Formats: sequence, C-alpha cells, structure tokens
Amino acid sequence: MSDPGLWALPLALAGGALRAATPYLFVSLGECLTEKSGRINVGVEGILLVGAMSAFGAAWATGSPWAGIAAAAAAGAAMGALHGALCSLARVSHVAAGVAILVLGTGIAFFAGKPFIEPQAPTLPAIELGAWSSHPAVASALRLNPLLALGVVLAFGMRAAFRRARVGLAVIAVGDDAAAATAMGLHVDRTRLAATTLGGALAGIGGASLSLFHPTGWSEAISGGQGLMAMALVIFARWDPVRCLGAALLFGAAGALAPALQAAGHGHAWQLLHLAPHALTLAILVTGTTRARAMRGLPGELAVLR
Amino acid sequence: MTSAGLDPPPRVEARGLARRFGPVIALDAADLDVRPGSVHALLGENGAGKSTLAKCLVGALAADRGRIVVDGRDVTLRHPRDAHALGLGMVWQHFSLVPCLTVLENLVLARPDAPRWIDWRHERAALDAFLEDVPLRIDPGARVADLAAGEKQRVEVVRQLRLGHRVLFLDEPTSVLTPQEADALLGRLRALADAGRISVVLTTHKLDEVIAHATHVTVLRRGRVVADAPLDRTIDAATLATWMVGHAPPSVARPAPRDARQPARLSIRALRVARAAGGPPVAIDALDVHAGEIVGVAGVSGNGQRELVEALCGQRSVDQGAIDVDARPWRADRASMRAARFGCVPESPLANATAPDMALADNLVLRVFDRAPIASRTGRVRRDALRASAQALAARFAVQSGALGRAIATLSGGNVQRAVLGRELVDDTRLLVAVNPAFGLDVGAAADVRRRLVELRATGCAVLLVSEDLDELITLSDRIVVMFEGRVVLSTLGVEADRQALGLAMAGHSAIASARADN
Ligand SMILES: Nc1ncnc2c1ncn2[C@@H]1O[C@H](COP(=O)(O)OP(=O)(O)OP(=O)(O)O)[C@@H](O)[C@H]1O
Ligand SMILES: [Mg+2]
Repeated sequence: MSDPGLWALPLALAGGALRAATPYLFVSLGECLTEKSGRINVGVEGILLVGAMSAFGAAWATGSPWAGIAAAAAAGAAMGALHGALCSLARVSHVAAGVAILVLGTGIAFFAGKPFIEPQAPTLPAIELGAWSSHPAVASALRLNPLLALGVVLAFGMRAAFRRARVGLAVIAVGDDAAAATAMGLHVDRTRLAATTLGGALAGIGGASLSLFHPTGWSEAISGGQGLMAMALVIFARWDPVRCLGAALLFGAAGALAPALQAAGHGHAWQLLHLAPHALTLAILVTGTTRARAMRGLPGELAVLR
Repeated sequence: MTSAGLDPPPRVEARGLARRFGPVIALDAADLDVRPGSVHALLGENGAGKSTLAKCLVGALAADRGRIVVDGRDVTLRHPRDAHALGLGMVWQHFSLVPCLTVLENLVLARPDAPRWIDWRHERAALDAFLEDVPLRIDPGARVADLAAGEKQRVEVVRQLRLGHRVLFLDEPTSVLTPQEADALLGRLRALADAGRISVVLTTHKLDEVIAHATHVTVLRRGRVVADAPLDRTIDAATLATWMVGHAPPSVARPAPRDARQPARLSIRALRVARAAGGPPVAIDALDVHAGEIVGVAGVSGNGQRELVEALCGQRSVDQGAIDVDARPWRADRASMRAARFGCVPESPLANATAPDMALADNLVLRVFDRAPIASRTGRVRRDALRASAQALAARFAVQSGALGRAIATLSGGNVQRAVLGRELVDDTRLLVAVNPAFGLDVGAAADVRRRLVELRATGCAVLLVSEDLDELITLSDRIVVMFEGRVVLSTLGVEADRQALGLAMAGHSAIASARADN
C-alpha cells in the first residue's frame, strides 16, 4: 500500500463511516431503547440539536469537552423525560408529542445557540488508531472520535442487557405487551419513562459528538437531518443495538460518499451523491415496512408502526 | 424457590365481599370458602360477578366492603403483591405472557426475586428440575408467540406454581382450549389438588368440566351467592344450569332435516391457502354450503380452520382455487359482503371483528353506519340514528346495557361476543361464517345463540359453523366435516355423526374412516 491513490476512495469511505457514524449510533441506540419500551420518539432530531448546542456551549464556557458531553446528556435526558411524561398522559399521541419535542428542541437550540455560532470551543481528543501509518490519509481516516468507542461498548452492552439483564427484559416486556407486563408486576409507565429519558440522553450525546469533534463548531445546519435518518436506521437494524452499530457505519459511509468522490476528483455527480444517506433511508423505509419479515423484532406496543 | 409440594395451600375465605362499578353492583355481599386441596368452580351468568370476586381475592381489585380471611386471619389485599405473599395467584382470562420472549424468560421475569443479571443456563436447569415434579409439560425455549393457546395456559399455570402460589384462581382457563386440552389441564390441576398441594378456584361456562373435575361449586347470580355445595353424584349439569339462571335452560332441538337440496350458496373448489405458522397449507378439494343448511367444521384448533375463515372473510389471500358465492367468484369486500348479505363471527372477535378502542355503539353499527338511516345523503352520520340502531342490535343478545358509550375493549369477553353476534346474526343474513359462536357465553345465552342459528337456517341462510364443541356441532349441523392438517379428512351427515369417529378423525386417524357423505 505504498500508493494511497488506489486506496483513496475506500479509505475515505472508511474514514467517513467512522467519523459520521457516531451521531447516528448514539441517536439510534437511544431510539432503539425508547422504542423497545413501546414508545416512539420522533423528536430525536430536536434532541440532537439541543445536545449539540448545549455541548458546545458548556465546553466553551468551562473549557472542558467532557463537561460539554455531560451537559448534552443532561439536556437530552430532560427532553426525553419531557417526551416520556407527555406520552404517559392519557390520549396523547406519541407521534404528536414527538413532533412537539422536535419543534421545541430545534427552537431552543437555534435560539440559545445564537451566541455560539462564532467562537471556538475545546474539542474531544482523538483516538489515533492510524498512528502506525506514515500516510497522512490513513492516519486521518483512522482518527477516531472517542465517543465512537464509547458507543461501540454501549451497543454491545445494550444487546447483552436486552438478553441477560432483568431491566433489559423488563424494557422488552413493557414494550411488547403492556398488559402482560403489568400482570407480571412490572411498572409500565415508570419503565417507559426511564427508557425514554435515557434514550433522550443518548441522543443528546449524539449531538455532542457532532459539535465537539473535528470539524467542531455549532451551526444550525449541524445535524442535517441525521436524527430523522437514525430513526429509519433503527428499523433497518430491527431493534438490535449491535445491528444499529453496523447500520450507523453504513449510513456514515453513505454520507461520506459524496465528499470522498469529490476529493478523488470525480466531482461531477457529487451534488447528487449528497443525497446518498437520504436515498438509503427511503430505501430502508420502503423495503423495511412492506415485507413482513423485516418487521421481526418490532415491539408489539409500537402500534404506530404496524 | 421451593417445590410446589412442601406446605399445603391456605384456606381462603371471602365474607360478604361487595364491589360496585358506578351504578353497577358487580358483587353484593358474596361469600366463598376455598378449602385446602379443593377444586372450586365458580359459576354464573355473564356479568354475575365471578371475575370480580376472583380479582378481589388476588388483590387486583379492592372490595368496597367485606372481609378476606386467609387461614383464619383477616388480611387486606391492596395489590397482587400482597396476595403473592400469601400464596394466592391468578391466571388471567387474557394471557399475561409477553409474546416476544421465551417461556423461560417469561417465567424468570415474573419472579419478584429475579436476579439482576440472569444466568440462563442456571435458570434452565432450575426450571427443568422444578418441572420434573409437576405434571405439566412445557417447552422452556419456545417463544410464547409461537405457542398454541393450550400451551400458553400450561405456562401460565407453571408460572403460578413457580411463584410459590398454592391457591390458583383461573378465570375461564378453558375458554381458549380445545376440549382435549381443557380435559388434560383440569385433570392435572385436580391431581395436584387431590395430592393436597394446591387449591384451585376456576370460573367456567362449561358445566361438563365442572362435573368432571371440580370438588365444590359456588353459583353467583347478580353478585350474590345462590348456591354453594360440594359436588357429588346427585348434582348434574341440569342442576347447575338451573341454579345459575333460576330455571332450566331451554334445550335447542336438532333442526328437522331439509328435504329438497337448495342451491349451493358457498362453494369451495381446490382451495389452497398458506398457513400462518407454517405447517401444511389449507387444501380443500370441495366444500359446499347450501341455502338452509348448517355445515359444521370440527377439528382441533390450529388445523387450518382459522386460515379457512380468514380466506372467506377476506383477511388472507387465496393461493389457488376458487371460492364462489352464489356461483360467482367471491371477493370479500364490503360491497360483495353486503350484496351476499354475508355475516362473520370470527375467533377472538375483539381482535378480529371490532375496532377495540371505539365505542360499543360504533362497533355495533359497523355494517350499516354508511347507509340510511344512520348516514344522511351527504354522508353525515346521524348520532341519534346510530344510537337507536346500536341499541336495537345490543338488545338482540342482551349486551350489557349502559355500556354503549364505552370502548368495546373494556367489556367482558362474553359481552364482546354478544355484541358481534348481535351485529352479524341479523335477520336478513343469507350466508354466515361463525367460529365458536357461544364462546364465553353462559348456558342461557349459548342456547339463545344456537336457537338463532337454527332460525337463520330455517329462513334459508347458509351457515358454516366452525366449532370446538362437538355437542354443538352434532346438535346443529346438517353435515359435519372434520379438518386435520389443513384438509377435510371426514365428512358425515349430522344425524349419522358418531362422536368416536369424529374424535378419531380430529386426531388424524381417519384415512380409512372416510365415510364420505354426499357432496
Ligand atoms: N372495570 C369495570 N368497569 C365497569 N364495570 C365493570 C368492570 N368490571 C366489571 N364490571 C361490571 O361488573 C359486572 C360483573 O362483571 P364480572 O366481570 O365480574 O362478570 P363475570 O361473572 O366474570 O362475567 P363473564 O361470564 O362475562 O366473564 C358486570 O356487569 C360488568 O360489566
Ligand atoms: Mg368473567
């Protein structure tokens, strides 16, 4: 591999996947948890924005990126808890509540984020997996967002919890059949509120991974609909956290396709290729919702998706 | 977790329990004495208060007045947890297992002392050891969603025993079971009770089961106990029925055979329908239902009856073959159903024939709401006309009065069944598909339904009656076919039907016995 020219495209794709996967991963893990408990939160895009904004603001104010992450998680948890509380009211549509969260989160993030558009905040230190290579392209492709490492651990941890932990099974139970779960002595509303809150916190951390890692900064266009696409990703992953990881990498790579081709000099179609993640989302929604097989794993209480 | 056999079940007594729901008096000073080792049947008409009494005794419902005494001590049961601590537990009328989890996962999750982090190998071994001591066979690794009703019911019972419960309340445990499954389950429970290991309180509408398996019987009528006795040989089904309704229920006589054969209204040829849970497809070469005829379909549930009915009702696509109604290809859409004056009472009517969250009144008029007098010419729904129609339909099978505005899902199973019957068994029905039409109904109402079927037949309606109740089939049907693994394996005239032959065919032993009747 002396000449990176041949490898430029796959390398750029891999690098892009690793770089862009982090927000997808966190949002989809959060959404996976929320949906497993029988709720859907279509407002994660708003939470993602609030997370990105508050992470940046807190990092800027304190000088520590880790404080930024904590702030993003807290803000996301608050939004998630609000959604959970709204949903537990009788006769409240989960989707409508989620749309409210989406609008509210976007509004808060844009309003409170105005002062942060200019300044620079400290960024998360990268994990330099590519340090062994003398090629700058390899080295830069393998500069990992530390949150990605956390996300990977989390994905496997969540899968293990859904299989082997009492709380994990409890979440699945309340999400699959609330009446049965109640009869088992589980607390449906409490479990769902906790899952929705935690799911919000994860989406918030997803926002932090956007604004605190290279290229850093807060802008209103920072998410580009990644929160919404992450919801499709959960369906694609059939509500399995580890498959969410794979799907997040795939979406990340799709997002990197246009810039990578552009950098490699095939610049003509790049405008169109920016649509790759959106096209992927659409394809997943179409294939995923029309074939009964793909609906395996769908929590029984998620009536809106049936 | 100790084995089910160590300490004997406690004696549980209800003294003067009362409970109202708004204006409805569900329980009016009811007494019950469940002695250790007894199998106590709780009988009564729909709405008599059986479920309410049982719920009060397992802490799922608070009584307004009265005492609950366990082993001589007064107790208050505010929550099922309190009942659990005393060894009382309930198997609900609707399954309370999480469908997407396995049997083992369900059993472990139900335990209050389930470990935070579960070692499945250890749990499996513990369960296997436990099951060696209990005569109920279950497959711990199976997903609950894949289980038949009878298997789920066994899992529910195992769960109760595993939770250490000694007094088991079962609310219509056999309503979803085939007669064979019901017999097996109750037999096992009776054996456990006879060994002094558990007491059982069960509600049911099937009097034969009570006679065969119960040791005591308590009869409720409008929330009051009207009879309470140990079961001995002097008590037969007729006695029980008389206690329940206050008089002997009318028996439905076999309809007189029809002389001349009417034209076929429903005709099935070379039908192939794929099965829900895999398994051999429904494959019916020829099946006709003529005007003025009741054709009974017997079979252990899960042998393709459901798919056949779904195909007739347009809920499942037909892979091959033809379904003709009045000699024209059947398209099960609203217009053709109306033209053919088609009615259908499917299994699990709440899930299959209602919009569960809509009001009872709206559900009652689902077939007619878009026509005069309910719909105006501009398509507006006249609420007063809707209410009047709903009221009239509700009255046919005495659906609980005053519930018209309530979501139908909140009604008891018996009332949902009555509502769907009222909607589908209207006078001008010409073709009726009915699955277990007397499901969950008390003896009086069940007799009403059967009489209604006979009346419809007399007016020239063609009836396909799918039932798990052999007696019902034999009394009502002009012809009976038996389905096994998707195929019709036996076809016989109702008058010539022989229980033994039907039973054998249902179990798949009929290759030779195909005494095919005309058709
Ligand atoms: N949660 C409730 N809200 C309002 N009314 C209720 C409720 N539960 C029961 N009832 C009413 O109380 C009465 C007794 O009901 P219960 O369920 O105990 O009857 P049941 O004997 O079990 O009848 P079935 O044979 O139909 O199961 C009925 O009139 C019923 O409609
Ligand atoms: Mg009942």
